[in-house]
Amino acid sequence: MLRFFVRRLIIAVLVAITVSIIGFALLRASGNLAVILAGDRATPAEIAATAHKYGLDRPLPIQYLDWAGRLVQGDFGRSLFTDEKVSDLIAERIGVTIGVAIPALIIALVISVPLGMVAALRANSWVDRTALAVAVFGQAIPLFWLALVLIFVFGVMLRWLPISGSSTPAHFILPSVTLAVAVLPPFMRLTRTGMIDVMNSDYIRTAWAKGLKPGRVLFKHALRNAILPIVSLAAVSLGFLLGGSVVIETIFALNGIGQLAYQSILRVDFPVVQAILVFVSLCYIVLTLISDLINAKLDPRIRLG
Amino acid sequence: MTMPVMETGPGGRFGAAAADPAFEVAPLSPRQVMLRRARGHVGLIFGATVLGLVTLVAIFAPYLAPADPYAQELSKRLIEPVWGAHGTWQHVFGTDGYGRDYLSRMIYGARISLTIGFFAALTSGIIGSALGLTGGYFGGWIDSVVVYLINVKLALPIILVALALSTVIGGSTLSLILILGFLSWDRFAVVTRSLAQQLRSSEFIAAARAAGAGQGRIIFRELLPNVLNQVIVVASLDMALDIAIAAVLSFLGLGVRPPNPDWGLMIAEGRAYMFFKPYLIVLPGLALFVLLVAINMLGDGVRDVTAPEGRS
Repeated sequence: MLRFFVRRLIIAVLVAITVSIIGFALLRASGNLAVILAGDRATPAEIAATAHKYGLDRPLPIQYLDWAGRLVQGDFGRSLFTDEKVSDLIAERIGVTIGVAIPALIIALVISVPLGMVAALRANSWVDRTALAVAVFGQAIPLFWLALVLIFVFGVMLRWLPISGSSTPAHFILPSVTLAVAVLPPFMRLTRTGMIDVMNSDYIRTAWAKGLKPGRVLFKHALRNAILPIVSLAAVSLGFLLGGSVVIETIFALNGIGQLAYQSILRVDFPVVQAILVFVSLCYIVLTLISDLINAKLDPRIRLG
Repeated sequence: MTMPVMETGPGGRFGAAAADPAFEVAPLSPRQVMLRRARGHVGLIFGATVLGLVTLVAIFAPYLAPADPYAQELSKRLIEPVWGAHGTWQHVFGTDGYGRDYLSRMIYGARISLTIGFFAALTSGIIGSALGLTGGYFGGWIDSVVVYLINVKLALPIILVALALSTVIGGSTLSLILILGFLSWDRFAVVTRSLAQQLRSSEFIAAARAAGAGQGRIIFRELLPNVLNQVIVVASLDMALDIAIAAVLSFLGLGVRPPNPDWGLMIAEGRAYMFFKPYLIVLPGLALFVLLVAINMLGDGVRDVTAPEGRS
């Protein structure tokens, strides 16, 4: 287990370093920082002075190491526009983003896992067909469009739910439902295939042959194994939800990190964009690392193979 | 140089039965089996028909569009579609906020979505398959590099990076194709890598090697044809993903730029009027939805027909 953990950790660190280099490169590709920092009317001498003040006249690898060194200490840099610390900006808003992402994940799981199980047990029945239709629908519908349609139906026509802002829990319902539709299909498909594979396996036949009750076979024996890939997917999806909430937060005017990223992209505030990019990637890397460890713990074949 | 063992590779699993003398009735060739399955597959037929129609609309847009999709006529702003209260047959889908014929813009919109989707999927297909096949075939440290690259790619939040790159290199069709192509090759790599791992120890690869084929020849002439079906399945799903993300970028104002008639951009422009002219967002959204459903069903169908055991 320790060997597996160490090897997996080394890969995670390498990936994190690469992502931070990509983030850094993106910032540099966005334009000459010294010109932006010095302001519109700066003379060449002033620009040079600004470059020197912020250390922008040093070689790029040194600048990267300097930035990465501060990143490791939790210093994500400052916004070019408001001069606030990016770590503060993210800390202020991450709650809203998580407040949409976690309910979305729960809604998706609560619908997709039972649906996928029934679809697997009754293959080619109407339930199976419905489940497949739900998956195709969720996979194909453009999220931003679904959000607008939901706003129109539930916010404007029926007037049941608020459509903009994040002041009450009710404000989180429509955004969470919209995101849930997007993450649901892979869970449904994975539960269905997982259950079909497991139900055809020898040990389930043995369980039936021993005369175990259906509930015990299904939940104690079958689901336990079919659920493994779901754990990994949940981790990946949470990473996706953190990064993919840009559109949803923008449409529903939620003040989360997705909205912050979008606004920063629009005003070329790249230190913020870069920090959010690295932050979301790190969340993803940590989540997949944890899910890999859980899977390795549950399934010895993974850690020994 | 002939490769007589091609038929018994995993791609030709039905060919194996043909070689068995115990079969007295001549069995169907793999192609015939697939054709039979395809004819009975509703999803595949629906997907192929719709995608075919949209492609025809895109190609013949100049002949089909009743008006110039860019021509503004401010006296004819926000005319309702033909089924609306004041609709006319002159503008079947009505007009937008600049008085441009909406049907014509929808028709030209098919061009943009399909072009971006097709070429982005092609780009990521080439990148991903090349990486996946090389890693899976060679194994060892080359494979470790490929796995590492896949991990880096997966860790990047795709929409965020696409938005940021689009401000840096611009929102032309070509830059969107490149951005999406370089951001969505992971699934190709994952699928082709595991297939190459399964295939590299099979007999027809050993035979090719024994016949003196070089590594490049083995990868391109032996491995690639045998994974092509699965690559096509991934390509269709990836094309749908690329079209959807391009629409998101355009909707957020960082993809296709005005005045181009892109469906995502049209939804963004229609948003200001959505509460009293809902058709402005319903029509392009439906077009996008139907196209994405069709591509997904086509992909699922191709997989059911070529490898039914892979249905998930």
